[in-house]
Amino acid sequence: MTTLSQRRARRERPGPLEYTKRWPLRVIVLATLAFLYLPLITLMVFSFNTSRRNVVWQGFTTDWYVKAFNNESLLQAFVNSLTIAFLCTIISVILGALAAVMLWRFRFPGKTAVEGSMALPIVVPEICLGVAMLVFFARVLPWPMGLPWPLNLGAITIAHVSFSFPFVSTVVRARLASFNRELEEAAKDLGASEWRTFWDVLVPHMQPGLIAGALLAFTLSLDDFVITFFTAGPDTITFPVKVYSMLRFSVTPEVNAASTVLILVTVVLTAVGLQMQNRTEADKAKA
Amino acid sequence: MADVAHASSNAPAPKPAPHVKDNAIIRFENITKRFDKVVAVDTVNLEIKEGEFFALLGPSGCGKTTLLRMLAGFETPTEGRILIDGKDVAALPPNKRPVNMVFQSYAVFPHMKVSDNVAYGLKMDGVAAPEIKTRVSEALELVKLGGFGDRMPDQLSGGQRQRVALARALVKRPRVLLLDEPLSALDAKLRDQMRSELTSLQEKVGITFIMVTHDQDEALAIATRCAVMNRGVLAQVATPADLYEFPNSRFVADFVGSVNMFEGVLEKDEPNEAHVRCPELAATVYLDHGVTGARGSTVWVALRPEKIEMHKRPAGSSAMKMEDAPQGANVVAGVIRDIVYLGSETNYEVELEGGRRVKTFRSNLTRYDQEDFTWDEPVWLAWHACSPAVLLS
Repeated sequence: MTTLSQRRARRERPGPLEYTKRWPLRVIVLATLAFLYLPLITLMVFSFNTSRRNVVWQGFTTDWYVKAFNNESLLQAFVNSLTIAFLCTIISVILGALAAVMLWRFRFPGKTAVEGSMALPIVVPEICLGVAMLVFFARVLPWPMGLPWPLNLGAITIAHVSFSFPFVSTVVRARLASFNRELEEAAKDLGASEWRTFWDVLVPHMQPGLIAGALLAFTLSLDDFVITFFTAGPDTITFPVKVYSMLRFSVTPEVNAASTVLILVTVVLTAVGLQMQNRTEADKAKA
Repeated sequence: MADVAHASSNAPAPKPAPHVKDNAIIRFENITKRFDKVVAVDTVNLEIKEGEFFALLGPSGCGKTTLLRMLAGFETPTEGRILIDGKDVAALPPNKRPVNMVFQSYAVFPHMKVSDNVAYGLKMDGVAAPEIKTRVSEALELVKLGGFGDRMPDQLSGGQRQRVALARALVKRPRVLLLDEPLSALDAKLRDQMRSELTSLQEKVGITFIMVTHDQDEALAIATRCAVMNRGVLAQVATPADLYEFPNSRFVADFVGSVNMFEGVLEKDEPNEAHVRCPELAATVYLDHGVTGARGSTVWVALRPEKIEMHKRPAGSSAMKMEDAPQGANVVAGVIRDIVYLGSETNYEVELEGGRRVKTFRSNLTRYDQEDFTWDEPVWLAWHACSPAVLLS
């Protein structure tokens, strides 16, 4: 016979996977977090360092931020990156969603081939894709030089869309798998046309996938270096490419400051995206 | 067919429900549907009258849902015509047909409020906003969901979601309401309640209801008329009582309700008397009506378990000693082998002398009834000459 207190004592002993309650696991958790985030924190901290060199802490300053914001070409690269990411997101979401709906709904000859080729930009090494883009835009579709902004970003945007939209399509298709076809039939039964059914029933169902896909496309485009490096021209430098060129001369805290701003922009946008996603969930749960 | 003579002579003509009209609202003419090479529906001819609560009954894969979906416009017949109010609807897509459907999964739009769900069909029809508002609240009131308009579907129970689906379809005032397995997702208590609510709802709105179900209890309880389908073919179309008491084939007798089926040879067939020799029973079944079959042909005797009476039998007396037997046209001897107590009734399985087992149900009329019979007890089984149905196919 076990008494109630004995049973209670046994229940309080932490289980094997209660990693917040056992000290070895707690250490591993903390070490993992440190490993993931210390480099980022270091980067941010040293953006406020008075020293030109990134190794010794000498004092607090915000001068590097001022300097970064006054650096015309860095600012231009930053604006370019955001513009490309924005355009790439919109085009990728539309293309990706349409591709997902097509592959989900229809059966057609060569469907497997289409599905396979959709995954190609995901699996092909980035460097190969970069070289391919370089050759493509040099020989097959030479993007005209000297176009006014933002048209001059066209080549990079197309390159970014080509590797972003398969990710959107994958996410949206996963979401479509849980769609109840009877919803579509119900809408038609109640008098909706194909088009109305698509907007009133299918798009609302896809929404979380669309938001997640948009976030993916945005971040993929924003931080892409390799492919952009091959497609960027002298007047279409993006932020990662610019940072790389600055590093070749010296690692100044100016780069740290610019990177910190970029991290903040990404975090804020991701938070907004997640918030939007949560709000649609919360709407459903609201009384 | 079998027993037609009996049905028309002895049984009273089935009374149609008072709200059923004479005109055929729906007519299937030689409807065939093939998926690739599989024939889902095979030359179905069927007429459904205005105001009926019609049930399409059958095992899964019998084509009943395909028939319903062709009516709604989600499938196109390979051959034949479907007429609604006398008009061929072949060219009409689902959103142009005067029918609405309640789906098996209810298909309530999860991202819309209850009232928006119900209003959706009216919006598609371009009904003016003030009218939509009154009609939506009327429809919600009708299905007893008044005051639920602002809820989201995932805050509703399964039964309430079904009511939303009902309101959403009825608010459009369709000529015909289609219900696909309407009660299959509900728990037993709720199902009983929804059964009677569906019936009274149908009487109140006066719209023709067509329901698809695989549950024979459901069809018998709700419908004014049922069609039993088997492998794409209509097996029988009749009122619930006729379906149960006068099945036209072994399939229908077996599918609707519980039955004991004995193969036999028709030995005598006269207008007021027939004999069927059943080797399994080691006896001849006497009937007080003719069966219109060829003498010497193989027939099947279908006997419902509740139509068999059970009497105690002194141990050792055999079926052949008729002086011990209770009075009646048909008596056989057996031994109780299995007892299932169900509360309102008790089901017995009785083994006959030849080894064949026969099911019989007995109502527990008093609180001590179920104690009367026990395992391995010798009994007589007796039934009236008019109780079994004789089937030719």
